[in-house]
Amino acid sequence: MGGYVLGRAGQALIVMLVMSALVFVGVFAIGNPVDVLISPDATQEIRRQVIAQYGLDRPLWEQYLAFLGRLAQGDFGRSLVYNMPVGDLILSRLPATLELTLAAVIGATAAGVPLGMYAGYKPDSPVSKLIMAASILGFSVPTFWVGLVLILAFAVDLGWFPAGGRGETARFLGAEWSFLTLDGLKHLALPALNLSLFKFAMMVRLARSGVRELMLSDTVRYARAQGLSEGQVLRHHVLKLIAIPIVTVFGLEFGSTLAFAIVTETIFSWPGLGKLIIESIASLDRPVMVAYLMLVAMLFILINFSVDLAYAALDPRLRRRAR
Amino acid sequence: MRSGEALRRFWREFARNRVAVAALVVVAAIILLAAFAPLVTPQNPYDMASLSLRDARRPPGYVGTGGYMHWLGTDAQGRDLFSAILYGLRISLEMGLVAGAVALAIGASLGASAAFVGGRVESFLMRLVDLQLSFPAILLAFVLAALLGQGKTQLVLALVAAQYAYFARTAHGAASAERSKDYVEAALSTPLSPMRVVFRHILPNCLPPLLVVATVQVASAISLEATLSFLGVGLPPSEPSLGMLIANGFQYMMSGRTWISMYPGVALITLIIAINLIGDQIRDQLNPRLRR
Amino acid sequence: MTRVLEVEDLATHFFTADGVVKAVDGVSFTLERGKVLGLVGESGSGKSVTGLSLIRLIDPPGRIVRGAVRLEGRDLVALPVEALRRLRGSRIAMVFQDPSMALNPVLTVGRQMELALRASERVSAREARARSVAALERVGIPDAARRLDAYPHEFSGGMRQRVAIAIALLRDPAVIIADEPTTALDVSIQAQILSEMRGLAREAGVAMIWISHDLATVSQMADDIAVMYAGKLVESGRVTQVLVDPRHPYTRGLLDSLPSQARHGEPLRQVPGGTPSLLDLPPGCPFAPRCARVGPECVVDPPTVEQEGRRWRCWRPLGGARA
Repeated sequence: MGGYVLGRAGQALIVMLVMSALVFVGVFAIGNPVDVLISPDATQEIRRQVIAQYGLDRPLWEQYLAFLGRLAQGDFGRSLVYNMPVGDLILSRLPATLELTLAAVIGATAAGVPLGMYAGYKPDSPVSKLIMAASILGFSVPTFWVGLVLILAFAVDLGWFPAGGRGETARFLGAEWSFLTLDGLKHLALPALNLSLFKFAMMVRLARSGVRELMLSDTVRYARAQGLSEGQVLRHHVLKLIAIPIVTVFGLEFGSTLAFAIVTETIFSWPGLGKLIIESIASLDRPVMVAYLMLVAMLFILINFSVDLAYAALDPRLRRRAR
Repeated sequence: MRSGEALRRFWREFARNRVAVAALVVVAAIILLAAFAPLVTPQNPYDMASLSLRDARRPPGYVGTGGYMHWLGTDAQGRDLFSAILYGLRISLEMGLVAGAVALAIGASLGASAAFVGGRVESFLMRLVDLQLSFPAILLAFVLAALLGQGKTQLVLALVAAQYAYFARTAHGAASAERSKDYVEAALSTPLSPMRVVFRHILPNCLPPLLVVATVQVASAISLEATLSFLGVGLPPSEPSLGMLIANGFQYMMSGRTWISMYPGVALITLIIAINLIGDQIRDQLNPRLRR
Repeated sequence: MTRVLEVEDLATHFFTADGVVKAVDGVSFTLERGKVLGLVGESGSGKSVTGLSLIRLIDPPGRIVRGAVRLEGRDLVALPVEALRRLRGSRIAMVFQDPSMALNPVLTVGRQMELALRASERVSAREARARSVAALERVGIPDAARRLDAYPHEFSGGMRQRVAIAIALLRDPAVIIADEPTTALDVSIQAQILSEMRGLAREAGVAMIWISHDLATVSQMADDIAVMYAGKLVESGRVTQVLVDPRHPYTRGLLDSLPSQARHGEPLRQVPGGTPSLLDLPPGCPFAPRCARVGPECVVDPPTVEQEGRRWRCWRPLGGARA
């Protein structure tokens, strides 16, 4: 098992290196940040100063190596726009995005899986058809539009929830979280709902198709032949069998949801990483962009790895290979 | 293989789902309207000269300076919303279909060839595909679009890059299953070149699952394009796609001028939902495990 | 001579979008304690559906449209679902063709046996384990106690089927329905499992319905035989009678096509024609299109003739000594 982990860690490192190179080069290509920072009528002297200060005149490979060197020390550089260490900047915004994503993902799964199972168990009942219709909507409608509708309906017309922002936060483990305050929760509600819809729809459809297929399978037929009740069959056999694809999708979609937070954060003015990256792209704040993409890449590798582990834990057929 | 008969049976079963048929009609109607947009609309929304700011932000039912009725109102630039929506649908369809087709071609070829070549090359390629699949499409497309700049080709490129992996994975799975079948052995023992075997024989049998993925991906591409436009990357503001119309109208939502965002939004989701409904039905029909 | 199972005019139809498929259309037979009945037919003859219908394991669009299945006096078709469930696995058990599809891959063998035992009885975990170990030992699985914690994929094909048989025997049923239990196994194992099941049935006094397409194995295994064609029972009786002196032309055809019957150097004989599509059966005797003895009266479906404990459905039966 140890060899497996080491092997994966090695692979991860290689991927990270490749990613860092790609990201670095790509970001470099989009434009000269000097022009963003300095007004067009600044003197040559000031230009030279800024360039020297940020090392923007060095050849590409030199900048890259310097970058890698700094990375190894945990230094992601300074944001060109905010003029603060990028590491600190990202860390300050991370909790907001994290709690938004977690709220969305947990909510989507907790609501979606049971509903999907029901729809798969009784595919022809009117309730099931309703659930499926709702899931098609959740799946098809672009997140940004749902956000607009939510704001219009719940914030503007009904006034139940605020239309944007994060609200009050409470400190916990060194970071600011809004789910710990009532006001924060009210602010979290709509954006979390918005972000969760797509994943909710996915979970419903996944659970439904899984259950539907399973109910016709030999395994279920056999369990029934042994005298198990429908409830027992669902609880002990079916649930364990669909856990595998659900956990897999859960993990993979977690990353996707994290990325989609970009949209939700924009609409609801939620001060998280998503909003940060959009601003950085617009202002060509390269250090931030690079760090963000690296962070995302690392997160993905972590998620991939956890999903693999979870998979092996749930499906005994895979455990041999891992050993 | 009597494909004519198989097609007819497929259609008969498809036609039994009335919702799917309705969706098909809707998509067909949208395609027709979009294709003939210049003939149907009273205004060309891309022609800046034909716009007048006096017509800006007018509610539905207003008769504008051009002398015709704006059935759906106008946007902040004075564009007739009905025209803008149709042209926007055109762009959505174009983007979705082109990106989908290219991603299909690239991804399917890649996946099928990998399954065929086997060995280290196959596992390397598929690892790459897997890695890409776990990376969120929106992020990839967004970053690429931001890097490449605005424009249709660039956007298609970004969309294709984000989507080809789904096709590759599906094609690889189907092709692997086919590879072990006898007819492949037979074909390989003939003087035909291996590539020819892949393209003439293996790929066609992989088409059913690819078709399902294709419908989902086209809808996804349309949604993605709209999202990217909404976020400000992708297409230039002079040729507004539905996403951009919605984005532009966002600020007027609070002041009651909801139509500017609402109608383009409705048009967009109608198209996407309809495509997904069709895709659902196709998938249910082609799923062997649901048949007795 | 106790009759443990009496099947009377059982019919199961499938109401598909393409028409009604009469998979089982009026099947009647009896099963005596400790005896083995071989249910024989081609694929599509309805033998598997018959087996599943006995304990009402038919999924929609199929439905049992008429008939009675009396197990120890109780009609399973008319029983309410809960009562039927209590009998499944306890008085009448089933072994499926492919154990790797029937056994749940994500649960240990011990867990599946425990679930079967506890389906409608209150059994302590310890007692369940003890009974499971005993059952595994009975079917010849070495190191039974440790194997309880193994997963199905850790067993070989033959062992898996033994596990399935063990599960069937767990609650000492009166009847076991075995649906082609050796078809999915290696030829070398088939004979072994066959004789073991035969032995177990005799020892335990369990009656068995052995569903198969293979006349040869049935002739070794069974005391009685019932031949099915296109959903109908065309001939039944003691194995010694039917296979030596068949009445129905189809039975004759099956016997003639056995490889053991072929003469060296001659081509193998076959029943001419193909299996009929159940969607579109001609009126009258279903075998008529392929029958060498067909005559004008065969456009009417022949009634069941009973004589000396044998039954057949043919207007022009073969009779007396073999020609």
